[in-house]
Amino acid sequence: MLEIRNIVKQYADHRALDDVSLYVPEGKIFGLLGPNGAGKTSLIRIINQITAPDSGEILFNNQPLSSQHISAIGYLPEERGLYKKMKVGEQMVYLAQLKGLSRQDANKRLNYWFEKLEIGSWWNKRIEDLSKGMQQKVQFVATVLHEPQLIILDEPFSGFDPVNAQVIQDEILELNEKGATIIYSTHRMETVEELCDNIALINKSKKVLDGSVKEIKKQYNSQTYLIDYQGPLLSDDLLNNASLFNIIAHTSHQDETQLKIKLTEAVTLNQAIHHLLDKIQITQIKEIIPSIHDIFIEKVSQSSVTHA
Amino acid sequence: MHKIALIIQREYLTRVRKRSFLLTTFLVPLFFIGMYVGIIFLTKKSFDETHAVVYIIDQEGAIAPKLKSTKNITYIHSNKALQEQLSTLKDEEASNTSILVIPKDFLSNPNVEFLAANKPNVSTQNEIKSNLSDIIRDFKYQKLGINIDSLHNIDTTVAINAKEVTADGETKDSNTEIAMGIALALSILVYISLFLYGSQVMRGIIEEKSNRIIEVIISSVKPFQLMMGKIIGIGLVGLTQFVLWVVLSFMLAGVASTFFVSKAELGEQVMGSKMMESNSEQIAQSGGSLNGISPEAWAMIQSVNFTEIIVCFFIFFLGGYLIYSALFAAVGSAVDSETEASQFTMPITMPLLLTYALSFGVLMNDPHGTVATWLSFIPFTSPIAMLVRVPFGVPLWQIVVSALLLIAGFIFTTWVAARIYRVGILMYGKKPSYKELLKWFRYKS
Repeated sequence: MLEIRNIVKQYADHRALDDVSLYVPEGKIFGLLGPNGAGKTSLIRIINQITAPDSGEILFNNQPLSSQHISAIGYLPEERGLYKKMKVGEQMVYLAQLKGLSRQDANKRLNYWFEKLEIGSWWNKRIEDLSKGMQQKVQFVATVLHEPQLIILDEPFSGFDPVNAQVIQDEILELNEKGATIIYSTHRMETVEELCDNIALINKSKKVLDGSVKEIKKQYNSQTYLIDYQGPLLSDDLLNNASLFNIIAHTSHQDETQLKIKLTEAVTLNQAIHHLLDKIQITQIKEIIPSIHDIFIEKVSQSSVTHA
Repeated sequence: MHKIALIIQREYLTRVRKRSFLLTTFLVPLFFIGMYVGIIFLTKKSFDETHAVVYIIDQEGAIAPKLKSTKNITYIHSNKALQEQLSTLKDEEASNTSILVIPKDFLSNPNVEFLAANKPNVSTQNEIKSNLSDIIRDFKYQKLGINIDSLHNIDTTVAINAKEVTADGETKDSNTEIAMGIALALSILVYISLFLYGSQVMRGIIEEKSNRIIEVIISSVKPFQLMMGKIIGIGLVGLTQFVLWVVLSFMLAGVASTFFVSKAELGEQVMGSKMMESNSEQIAQSGGSLNGISPEAWAMIQSVNFTEIIVCFFIFFLGGYLIYSALFAAVGSAVDSETEASQFTMPITMPLLLTYALSFGVLMNDPHGTVATWLSFIPFTSPIAMLVRVPFGVPLWQIVVSALLLIAGFIFTTWVAARIYRVGILMYGKKPSYKELLKWFRYKS
């Protein structure tokens, strides 16, 4: 769908994007992650052709990105805004027309959306008379009204109460089911695993990580397990075997003990269990799977260490 | 192109539909009509005040018939005694009634008494003095045996008929006062409207920026399209307003003139009944020339080439508007609020302000001088300078060259402004310096 190759964007005093390459597969939800100021907005602006990169290229459906693709992209910027004095319906139609829709089509689709989100009564209200949350809803409709193939959402849930956030999330998933590719940019990790098929992590102008969520989690599998057994904590000598694993932490509660072990490289869980089987009565084994949040924190703090 | 049309449409319609647009469109002509009426009223009033009625008590006997009423003084030969007349002076409501007492030995000893209820008006006194000395002079000439009529023939008034020689060698009547009036009106009109519509462009851009809608829009259209759409849309609002003003002014002037003329006629009748017959005619004449326009003035007004002026007005107003609104657009894109904008609007409007100020002096007094000619070629000053010169007659080639330079200037400023604009609209939070603006200008797109 979208292929970003070696993008460099230099502003006078800092480099916003440094040789960033990404691949956004068709029909997926792509999470663009990174802390504030990492370069996400710069990249999004380049995809929207608001600014041009200094070097590198972008392919949209295997064609170099050009102005003909503008109508195929819908963009919800992080900083929302509409003409305050303009009426809701009129403004929506105007924005859709700027995206190349005819007036009739815009009206028709607007009716569909207003009915769907139950906001039909807002048609003749001025934007400034709506609450902040209502304005956000209107702006979401404006983003998707022209049925873009690629929808770019920059922090789409900020400013929504939980109920409306859920409504919007459902709409996003439905649009995705209907075939739209979605780039979801955020620095909040909670929703990422729930929504995204693929992610890319940008930090300090550089891409530090990308791939499908599953693969990344596999890749960042920490080889760490929790092992519960019955009985008191045994002495380290008895349990420990540095060639197989290290005990990172342990807790004891009455007659129950929990160990947190990290396997040594190239050791399988079976080998470790085999070593422990005749020593303790295992009740439960659980793999500790890192969340995207943990990976994010780890990656960001890593790169800040190397930069410092 | 289709998108620019959409933007123009929005910019135009949202402004034209505003209540403030209707208000200014209807109130401004009313204001001008009000001013017009006010001027007539004040002129009339000052005329009434300087006009004096003088009762003559002529003890000499031969002087009073020779004192002919003038535009400013109505002489009335009184047959009453001085005391009696003095009492009427006190009764008289009009403050500018006075009594002139001419003694018996006036011709040998030219001293007269002038009695007025208030402080005697100096100009009235001077006029009486000169009228009386004329009479004494004529009397003395007569005594010396000089024929007065032939003497009057010697006094010749030289009339200057200012004629302009056109390029074809034709002559035409020129009237400097009318040209000056038109030049002044054009200068004020262009100055005010360039400011008015230029700052509307700026405000519109600041609004889009502070609303944060700008990012949504420029993900659909190019920044240049948005900027030009706004400039053209607001320019059309300006033109609409001009056209409406002209139409409304004519309509209101028509209504007002029929109303006021009939009233003035009524006033004349009242005044005429009070005065001697010979005077009412003069009053009517002078009053008439205040309200209406004398035939000579009509001829001169008709000699003014209105088509040329209107065509030039549209060319130079539009050119100037495009130049300055582009600059205003650049300023609007660079700042976050209107208060921040003033540090930039001052320098860019400096040439405009300078030309405006000069138009009352150098440009008007010497419309074909070096300063005026140069200013009418420089694109930043020509919208005012050329329009001030046009009513005085400007060679066609100068107008054409100036208009071409104006177009070149507009292309140049738009290019510069667009480069600053595309960067500025995405910049928030920091107050830009000139150095910063230069940096933005140099950015690759």
